[in-house]
Amino acid sequence: MEEKIKTKIVKQIRVDIDKCTGCRACELACSAFHARPRYGSANPAGSRIRVMIDELKDVYVPVRAGFYTPAECTGRYTYTIGSKEYRECGFCRVACPSRGYFKDPSSHLSLRCDMCESDTPLETPWCVTVCGSGALIYEERETTMTENEANPEEINIGLESLADQYGMQAILDTVARMSKTYPKNISGYQISERKNDQK
Amino acid sequence: MARQTPSLTKWMGIEKEKKMRYAEAGFNLEIDLTRGNIEREATDPKWTEFYLGGQGTAGKILWDRVRPEVEPFSPDNLLIFSAGLLNGTPVIGANRTSVDTFSPQTGRYSHSLFGGFFGPELKHAGYDKIIFRGKARDLMYLYIHNDTVELRDAGHLKGKGALETAHLLKQELKLPEAQVAAIGLAGENRVYMATIEHANSSASRGVGVIMGDKRIKAIVVRGTKNIHIARPKALFELIGPMYKQIHDRKDCGDPMSHEDDEAFHVDNFAWGNARKRIKGYWNKEKEIRWKALSDQVRNRWTGCYNCPKDCHQSVSYPGRPTYFQKCYSKLTYAMAAFEELDFNYDILGVTQQYGLDGFSTPQVLAFAVELYEAGILTDADLPGFPKTARERFFYLVEKIVRREGIGDALANGVYHAARQIGKGAEAFDHNSMKKFEQVPLKLGMVNFPYFLMYATGEKMNITQIEGSYPQVAIPDKEERRKFVDNWEAAPERFKKWYMEWEPQTHPSIEACVNICDWNEVMHYIDDSIGTCAWLSSFRGQFGGRPPYHIFNLPTFISLAAGIDLDPDSLWKKAARNRNLIRAINIRKGLRRADEKPPEDHWKKRDPEMEKKMLDAYYEFKGWNNEGIPTKNKLDELGLGFVSEDFLKRGILTENEMLPLAKEDAE
Ligand code: SF4
Ligand code: SF4
Ligand code: SF4
Repeated sequence: MEEKIKTKIVKQIRVDIDKCTGCRACELACSAFHARPRYGSANPAGSRIRVMIDELKDVYVPVRAGFYTPAECTGRYTYTIGSKEYRECGFCRVACPSRGYFKDPSSHLSLRCDMCESDTPLETPWCVTVCGSGALIYEERETTMTENEANPEEINIGLESLADQYGMQAILDTVARMSKTYPKNISGYQISERKNDQK
Repeated sequence: MARQTPSLTKWMGIEKEKKMRYAEAGFNLEIDLTRGNIEREATDPKWTEFYLGGQGTAGKILWDRVRPEVEPFSPDNLLIFSAGLLNGTPVIGANRTSVDTFSPQTGRYSHSLFGGFFGPELKHAGYDKIIFRGKARDLMYLYIHNDTVELRDAGHLKGKGALETAHLLKQELKLPEAQVAAIGLAGENRVYMATIEHANSSASRGVGVIMGDKRIKAIVVRGTKNIHIARPKALFELIGPMYKQIHDRKDCGDPMSHEDDEAFHVDNFAWGNARKRIKGYWNKEKEIRWKALSDQVRNRWTGCYNCPKDCHQSVSYPGRPTYFQKCYSKLTYAMAAFEELDFNYDILGVTQQYGLDGFSTPQVLAFAVELYEAGILTDADLPGFPKTARERFFYLVEKIVRREGIGDALANGVYHAARQIGKGAEAFDHNSMKKFEQVPLKLGMVNFPYFLMYATGEKMNITQIEGSYPQVAIPDKEERRKFVDNWEAAPERFKKWYMEWEPQTHPSIEACVNICDWNEVMHYIDDSIGTCAWLSSFRGQFGGRPPYHIFNLPTFISLAAGIDLDPDSLWKKAARNRNLIRAINIRKGLRRADEKPPEDHWKKRDPEMEKKMLDAYYEFKGWNNEGIPTKNKLDELGLGFVSEDFLKRGILTENEMLPLAKEDAE
């Protein structure tokens, strides 16, 4: 198997839950940025970040949407951190059938944080821009990655699960659309050359 | 029954709205509690253009639908929850819900705002207002989940704490993201000081008692619908950089919340039953000790929906459930009891669950203690009354929330309790006005803008009236000049008056009247669009740089709601709302004779000048000598239906003057 070494910029958002005030500005801004037309509506129910709040237990955890899962997991943990109890779901990024989070309120399709990179990417993600308290901190880190040559079997599995969720036509449409803008539209990380273009 | 103009059906529904509605949902929920009937009514966009929303449109509904003869405890009284016009839009800090009804304590219009998350959630569910009428037979809660709206039995929540109720409902409904507004035991038992509690916020001043009277324990709302914004891109471009600015700016938000130096309050506010100022109480030792305690019991600071400030502390005091504390309620109980901060945190753990107002309740408790010490209340009234102030307060709270024994009278607030108890108790009611407990301030020289605000305000608490014009003159002229040069929020005339204002002198009559007018107008704007007063109407008085002011608010309103406005037209809408609310109280009997701040509010009064001030203010407002808006004024503001009603009732005569008022003016 051939391996190539590449430098990538990994984007990440550091979360300091002690600083979160529960204002949910992040939810509002995220949903507006991803609305169609962009900013056309602001609706936290369609946000890709949700602040899990339990006022009486002083739990405030901003969570960005990750992958979709067709079935909820079993045997969830409860964590005690400091003197506080957190349910595992309270940290979980998955769009899961057990709860209403991370699903578009009208289409019910699952949502995933794209680091605000869809269409014209933002320099700083919206959720971070509006987080006055500093609970969300945006960071870019350069890292070297080894890219494996394509393993068709793995791609198959990945595509099947996507098709399972969205239908094959949606996948084909997306691939067609993405191929026009690639490699700009990779969510989660960027190829470092692009960063140089920007500057 | 007098015909109400215009009828609801004529305004609502019939004229189908074609245009897209921005910022507002366009529907109200009409809940008939007596019959258990729920309707969704389309609202007229013309009302929004006329009154904006929130308190403004609620005022219009109260005027149209609650006849002045209706007693507050009558099923015909309405209880209205209104999301401000901009609630749920991206406009920062636009999260206030206005609650409007009639108060059994004052017999008049009652209004309170609460922050948090409720109004935006209600909008997302598809409603701008919830209008309750009638009375439920048993304790109920209202469940709203988008199009599903149901009255449900709340028997299992009877006696439960307000925040506890919210918690239990979210759990049993499996809706952790729902927003809940609930009453505690105080509201259930129709205590006049009862609040409506929601998340980190609460509504007070006579609205919780009506919620209890209507037998509504809670409202649960979950909404996932879109709210449309008129010019979203421009709005986002405008607000993007504001989050950080507002967060970093010292002169907005609650200045008291993060303050560990309490000198301002403990030295200037009166202790006990608004009796005693203790100069020199504050010192470094106390500051260190109190700060350590606050840091120890505070879980974190929290904010309201879409606001980068964090004015509310989440507190867990040993042995008490977690609660939220805001504003100067950090000290009100301690000062009323001549106790320290630990007592305040301790008792708030109890009173927040019962849903008791942190401003008026401490005064009622201190009043009762005074009556006991004066021998007016005895051991027969207060069996087993403890010896220490601390224990006495806890004892009294339990009596009041259950309306047990003497608690039944005390639960009606100082004014009514004094008269029910009699035996000279009336003399101890020295700090209420229009039958409502005022902030315990006892000051030296009368301050005329404040005299006018106290005298003529409809909102019962000075904090809901004051706020745009600075409280003090900057002594150094150069500094003052610099302040004025950077004073974006102020219309030109105020800059001139401020420059002319030397410390320890009175502004001119003209200036005083205008100051009062500006202060109240800004609140009427906030209370209709739902922007927080800490970012706007209340905040100019300390530092002069509120993020929102008369010159930039029109832009936010027009970008979000698509209503094109300039500062003058916005001011006029606020003036319309101010006059409409005034008219509601006038029709309920409010007259000049009621407009008297507590006698001892200032040590040195100037009755002659006060009279001149009031005359000038009434004239400036276009009101007659009795404080009644004249026909001309009402018609000019588009409130012809009010003047018509006033003429019909004989409140105004054709020449607009009451015979009595003429004599008065001789
Ligand atoms: S914007 Fe920041 S402080 Fe506010 S809820 Fe989101 S993470 Fe918490
Ligand atoms: S990074 Fe962008 S997409 Fe992801 S949660 Fe934040 S605002 Fe939403
Ligand atoms: S300024 Fe404070 S009280 Fe006002 S909305 Fe923001 S956090 Fe809430």
